[in-house]
Amino acid sequence: MKYVIIGNSAAAVGCVEGIRKVDGEGEILLISSEPHHTYSRPLISYLLMGKTDSERMKYRPEGFYERNACKTMLGRAVTKISPDSKKITLDDGSEVSYDKLMVATGSSPFIPPIAGYDKVKNKTTFMSLDDAKELESMLTTDSDVMILGAGLIGLKCAECLIGKVKSITVVDMAPRILPSILDADGAAIVQKHLEKCGVKFILEDSSSEFSENSAKLKSGKTVKFDALVMAVGVRPNISLVSECGGKVNKGVYTDEKCATSIKDIYAGGDCSESFDSALGDVRILALLPNAYMQGLTAGTNMAGGEAVYDKAIPMNAIGFCGLHIITAGVYEGDAYIKTDGENYKALFCKDNMLKGFILIGDVARAGIYTSLIREKTPLNTLDFELIKDKPQLMAFARKERKSRLGEEV
Amino acid sequence: MKRVYVNEEWCLGCHLCEYYCAFANSHVNDMAKALKGKEIHPNIRIEEKGDISFAVSCRHCKDPLCVKSCISGALSIDDGVVRINRDKCVGCYTCVLVCPYGAILPSPSGVMQKCELCVENEGGMPNCVMHCPNSAIVFEER
Repeated sequence: MKYVIIGNSAAAVGCVEGIRKVDGEGEILLISSEPHHTYSRPLISYLLMGKTDSERMKYRPEGFYERNACKTMLGRAVTKISPDSKKITLDDGSEVSYDKLMVATGSSPFIPPIAGYDKVKNKTTFMSLDDAKELESMLTTDSDVMILGAGLIGLKCAECLIGKVKSITVVDMAPRILPSILDADGAAIVQKHLEKCGVKFILEDSSSEFSENSAKLKSGKTVKFDALVMAVGVRPNISLVSECGGKVNKGVYTDEKCATSIKDIYAGGDCSESFDSALGDVRILALLPNAYMQGLTAGTNMAGGEAVYDKAIPMNAIGFCGLHIITAGVYEGDAYIKTDGENYKALFCKDNMLKGFILIGDVARAGIYTSLIREKTPLNTLDFELIKDKPQLMAFARKERKSRLGEEV
Repeated sequence: MKRVYVNEEWCLGCHLCEYYCAFANSHVNDMAKALKGKEIHPNIRIEEKGDISFAVSCRHCKDPLCVKSCISGALSIDDGVVRINRDKCVGCYTCVLVCPYGAILPSPSGVMQKCELCVENEGGMPNCVMHCPNSAIVFEER
């Protein structure tokens, strides 16, 4: 059996580990356009903060490929998949055959068409190790930095530049920061905290035109910068699959075995869609844990094992300058909200289930809430007053506690 | 594999497990020197309400969500024991987001801490188990 994996991040690593749980013999070839040993993409901001380094940020330790008898072609791009002949074409025109193929091509930063963008000399996105190194090379303690986009990527970038540059200005069209994970009240708390740490925000505004060192905004304001970071969003890399006839929506379609619509081709990670069990519909869940689990599921099935990936939910843990935020699920149904101005808790309940939550500040033991969403635990089996107060096992029935703490899990 | 199991009917709520855990992980030989006057940060924590109390620490799940979810590769399974490489951990809290038991906790340094069954401390029995006065915490195969 010959397995070929396109990609080298969480879904690809999960796929290698999934295959090797079942098949210790088959040949694995991993091909990636990035020339690096597998590293954790979300750690690039921690790298610039000095909280990790290029050695420690490796997603799997040195020797990972050798231990898994996984051949690699790093720094090489795949240009085409030919499902009929079961071959892929590489950037130099050469072909590689496969029996089972994993597409873990990730996503690319979206660059909106804005006049004058070409004139900006110091600009980068913030998705890869090379991006982080490039950004660092552009900056001095005297730099003014503009970040377009107040999402997860833009704000992690902002955080890691605090104290390293003269000013950081974040611009976003949306009326609030982190719109994908926070409600308005939660966003206001996090924004205030980041402002205290020195980040400036211009919201409900966007760049209409760039010159080499400034952006003119739709409101008429001008933002001067020495470096520009584009973080408005990402687009899944679906072209390899769509061009060979595979079903794609916003991302590559996959079933619960992480198989695409084409026989013997699987997909996972940011390029793919999965079934969001909290939402009850398919969507792209571009999150590292989900990517790994999709990869693991795909790899297991590719090697002839049986695995399903059916408990995906949106979930995020993120923090800025010591303020932690944990969120999961969807924000539908009855809301229970508690805040003291610094800590914030919102629980969303519907149909006798916890559907989503937002915790800011005090995030201790949040996974107990996450598991209620993932497992669709009926809330009438719990002491709801206790679970509202804080995540705790005391809220479960005695019998349930006994099985959780007294049995192998 | 031997794991830590808890029987809430026998738990006295004395919190000794917390102190013995903190002591074992202090790597100091003298308990008074290790703990006296200090805020402790044990890997095992008592939940209590009225006359019910029980200890919670890592369950060392067979298929641990924290290991699968760790974004830095700091969590791994070593002979069934869920271990944390605190040198790789950046304190992102993803493990806190996913652990269904609330058993992974932030440490004062900002990176995470968790029960590792005292594999690097006593080498046999976890310290919380060894010093539980009413055998409410045991270390056995189930």
